[in-house]
Amino acid sequence: MSRTRIFVLIAIDANTVIAGAREIKNCFSAEIGRLGLSDEVQVIETGSFGPADAGVLAAVQPDGLVYGNLTMDDVPRIVAEHFVKGRVYQRRLLEGEVPPPAPDDADARHTQRHGRIVLENCGRIDPERIEEYIANDGYLGLGRVLTEMTPTQVIDEIKTSGLRGRGGAGFPTGLKWAFCAPVKAREKYVICNADEGEPGTFKDRLIMEGDPHKVLEGMAICGYAIGAARGYIYIRGEYRLSIDRMQRAIEQARKFGMLGRKLFGSDFNFNVEIRKGAGAYVCGEETALIESMEGKRGLPRLKPPFPAQVGFRGRPTNVNNVETLANVPVIMRRGGEWFRGLGTPGTPGTKVYTILGHIRRPGLIEVPTGVTLREIINEYGGGMQAGSFHMAQLGGTAGDILGAEMLDVPLDYDALQKVGHVLGSGAILIMNETVNLRDFLHVCLRFFYHESCGRCNPCRNGMRVLRDITGRLKDGCAYRDDPLLMQEVALMLKSSAFCPLGQSPAAPIMSAWRYFRDEIMLGVDAQAVRPRQPRNRRETLQAAV
Amino acid sequence: MSIAEIVDKHGNHRENLLNILHDIQDFTADNSLHQNDLQQLSQIMCLPVSEIVGTASFYTMFSLQPRGRHVIRLCESPPCYIKGADNILRALEQKLGVKVGQTTQDHMFTLETTSCLGVCGVAPAMMIDEVVYGNLTEAKVKTIIDEMMRQSA
Ligand SMILES: Cc1cc2nc3c(=O)[nH]c(=O)nc-3n(C[C@H](O)[C@H](O)[C@H](O)COP(=O)(O)O)c2cc1C
Ligand code: FES
Repeated sequence: MSRTRIFVLIAIDANTVIAGAREIKNCFSAEIGRLGLSDEVQVIETGSFGPADAGVLAAVQPDGLVYGNLTMDDVPRIVAEHFVKGRVYQRRLLEGEVPPPAPDDADARHTQRHGRIVLENCGRIDPERIEEYIANDGYLGLGRVLTEMTPTQVIDEIKTSGLRGRGGAGFPTGLKWAFCAPVKAREKYVICNADEGEPGTFKDRLIMEGDPHKVLEGMAICGYAIGAARGYIYIRGEYRLSIDRMQRAIEQARKFGMLGRKLFGSDFNFNVEIRKGAGAYVCGEETALIESMEGKRGLPRLKPPFPAQVGFRGRPTNVNNVETLANVPVIMRRGGEWFRGLGTPGTPGTKVYTILGHIRRPGLIEVPTGVTLREIINEYGGGMQAGSFHMAQLGGTAGDILGAEMLDVPLDYDALQKVGHVLGSGAILIMNETVNLRDFLHVCLRFFYHESCGRCNPCRNGMRVLRDITGRLKDGCAYRDDPLLMQEVALMLKSSAFCPLGQSPAAPIMSAWRYFRDEIMLGVDAQAVRPRQPRNRRETLQAAV
Repeated sequence: MSIAEIVDKHGNHRENLLNILHDIQDFTADNSLHQNDLQQLSQIMCLPVSEIVGTASFYTMFSLQPRGRHVIRLCESPPCYIKGADNILRALEQKLGVKVGQTTQDHMFTLETTSCLGVCGVAPAMMIDEVVYGNLTEAKVKTIIDEMMRQSA
């Protein structure tokens, strides 16, 4: 019988590993072993707690407190003070470490944990042990689905829940599955989109690192609903830890009969494989992702036909984001009605955001949909780090740039659409007045120029033109008609580019124009004269020699 | 591992091309895909070299040019930019004496910039080979480079 009295949970994720979390964990184990406490104190490796900028984090249970910014020197002290003498080691207590945030912070933290769905297990369980996932109601949803429900009932349940895709576009998930389910084919596929290239977004990474089985369970349920026996997870090549943890999860799930043949005594077979990306933003687009999985250049395909009809290997395929799939198990466990009751009516459930920039506590949060930007900054982000709010970019680089006017708009797909904005991938970048809007816009366009796949002419050339114009604005030497030209090109791209990547720059450009017109105009040099462009082939040739 | 073994490990199928290329590149000393390896691959997989090169050149993780033993990839996406990635880039260029895209004379380091690495919580960030470094400052990158030089000396 175990006499464990204290659990030390160490967050091992991409952010904490950088700060040396593995070494600290080994140090804890060694120190505890040295003092002969191994029976009483158990060190557990777990996923992200949320804060991304507080160094190595360790939670102590059942005391329910978190130490942050740990160094090697702290470890023996914590063991001696806290675990042996039972006194809290104040120096690294996380609450003391962060500057005092909003007064109702304790409550905010509490509800934040409390309302977690997707991240319910992140930072609580050991992601490398399937037993812990199962002990926390894991694979219960899959079991229920396979023993009690027909595929149509599963799709209806998802439709009832109102779940919408969390990959950026917000397409209703139930509807997407319903398109794919009736298509007859020898084989169908479920693809989990874990390419996550949108700058500022790392929620999928922390979900996979903290709770990989949830994603697998979601995929299996989707497979049953649409009649697919194979699943693929397309993970970007840089996400080493995610790939390792997913791989281990797949192996364990096979061993425990959660993946494989005749699951839960039914006739349903399901297997999952990992495909590694190789660094191309456009491969996050579902048809480009499919091309890439077939071993080709990641060029988007023409739609329609949609992947639901003609997808991977030319067969019906359902592509969903990691977070979308991670919502599925709990819906099956607790019912669509329950899910529908959370968040706003248009976008039920919660949303995982990565909050970044000039705020006190950057990191990962999960909040009900409909929370406003102001609440996110003050309650979850701990307020501005320095200076005052200048602008925010919502949903990554392909998202809108918002001014202070928009601080109180509820964040859900419909409410934002009403004021002409989109929610996007879940990245929220907060900037203070030290960031110059024109510099920022240029960096955004530099990104797009680099990531344009070159398939269509508007995008290939338009991105270069936009990069050059924003570059001139940044340097304060733009021509008088540049601001207008910039908008024209952006709108031209929006209406004529082949895929959504080419259509994206319109979002930051047009929204920046809407809120920061004056700042953009500051980049114009009234004296600058645009060199005359050659009008015909002869002039072009003359200019060339 | 030989090219044939790598292909066998993943399966001789077009779909596995990216995984195969990843492995081939990982086994080279200069972090790049060599012309003669690709020629051999083309014969084994019955794919034209142009197809293979066309695919490899699309993805930023593959390089057809020889690179240094260590590849430094500094993130230049907006969230890292607002935390001062430009200064870090200047510090790196100064420290290594090369510009973006170039390799140091001793073939130790290649300096590249990249899009978001997904660790924006600790921006500005960079990756050296498989290891991610965050919360970079000019002093910190110099220490990191010095440390790597010392280890290999
Ligand atoms: C340029 C571009 C990049 C995208 N990147 C991603 C991505 O990294 N992750 C993702 O889940 N979806 C991404 N998407 C959206 C996908 O095309 C697709 O809509 C999504 O995977 C559908 O899943 P969902 O219905 O669960 O949201 C991207 C779309 C575009 C146009
Ligand atoms: S923006 Fe640099 S790591 Fe994400």
